[in-house]
Amino acid sequence: MIERGHHDMGGLPAGRVERTEHDYADWERRVDAMAVLLNSRITVDERRRSIESLAPEQYDAMAYYERWVIALGQTLIQRGIITTEELGRKMEEVCSRSS
Amino acid sequence: MNDKGSYQPLTYFQLMEVSLRELLVEKGVLTQAQVEEAVEDMRNRTPERGARVVARAWVDAEFKKRLLADGPGACESLGIDVPKLRLVVVENTPQVHNAIVCTLCSCYPRMLLGIPPDWYKSRNYRSRMVREPRAVLAEFGLSIPQEVQIRVHDSTADMRYMVLPMRPAGTQGWSEERLASIVERDSMIGVAVPKA
Amino acid sequence: MQPQFITSYATSVPAKFAVGERVRVRKTAPLGHIRTPFYIRGHTGTIERLCGSFPNPEELAQMRDGLPAQPLYRVRFRQKDVWPDYRGSDDDVLEIEIFQHWLEKA
Repeated sequence: MIERGHHDMGGLPAGRVERTEHDYADWERRVDAMAVLLNSRITVDERRRSIESLAPEQYDAMAYYERWVIALGQTLIQRGIITTEELGRKMEEVCSRSS
Repeated sequence: MNDKGSYQPLTYFQLMEVSLRELLVEKGVLTQAQVEEAVEDMRNRTPERGARVVARAWVDAEFKKRLLADGPGACESLGIDVPKLRLVVVENTPQVHNAIVCTLCSCYPRMLLGIPPDWYKSRNYRSRMVREPRAVLAEFGLSIPQEVQIRVHDSTADMRYMVLPMRPAGTQGWSEERLASIVERDSMIGVAVPKA
Repeated sequence: MQPQFITSYATSVPAKFAVGERVRVRKTAPLGHIRTPFYIRGHTGTIERLCGSFPNPEELAQMRDGLPAQPLYRVRFRQKDVWPDYRGSDDDVLEIEIFQHWLEKA
């Protein structure tokens, strides 16, 4: 139902709360850190809107910081701080280092 | 990227993190040192900070009054920095039990307590806590009598919440440090209560 | 009414609801980024406090400045009013932060 965002889940039926916790990986902590550092340029509201735009299957399949890193990238592009082209070239460069 | 779409040893998301960070550093938007410092700052924000605030409120009535009226100011008076945190502290009493949720995302008083646990951000907690709090609390092992009112706070906007749990019986004469040691994160979210 | 947090923005809308006043959350489903949860729309509650005035998150999400700042209230709802099948205590409540433009006098 398009009227209700997939993230807007208060009151919907759901299962038992699994009390999972994990010690956040370094890359996740760096995503968090970058979001905080960029706060004056990219608001949390922009990042939330980006996460809310994910398709429901993606929203459900992705872990918390996976959603955050995608939102960070999307909003950086939207704000013109980086471009899609720059990101693609950087990703290719990083990949060629790793292999 | 190889034919299978694998970014070994990095996942797509880890690749994204590295790439965004390096681009931002190259462009002078951030420095690597700033990122590392921010990571360290967040590591140092742990529930122990909230526990100190709770313990002080238990022993000092004036502090407690201030905490309930001006959360950030009270924290700062203890030397606990909470930048830009619009902290609202809600008090448990024999008549009222409070619990916190963010149904829309994961809002949490991070600048005081650090990063929230996975379950707080989970679909099941976010969906059910506003609708059947007693059942969810029971799953956490907390049974609230019918005569006690449950107040569930959904942090939908700029406020961030911390529960001030009740001081348990059997703690008379304890030092502040000892009191703080029994205040765990979950009691400040409202899904647990401290035990002596 | 004294707000919980005193903020200062270039422009802001005056607060029009008082503590204790009954208000109804507008029942509508527009587009964009919204911080009024779906489950509470159409329901009636009581103003518990004025949090202060803040930029509109709906506009901030669209890379605009969100001004004039909008009054934000905590509104208290009885659980049994919101969920027809609520099985807890009759006194149980929900407290939610809602911006003034989503509220009307009940």
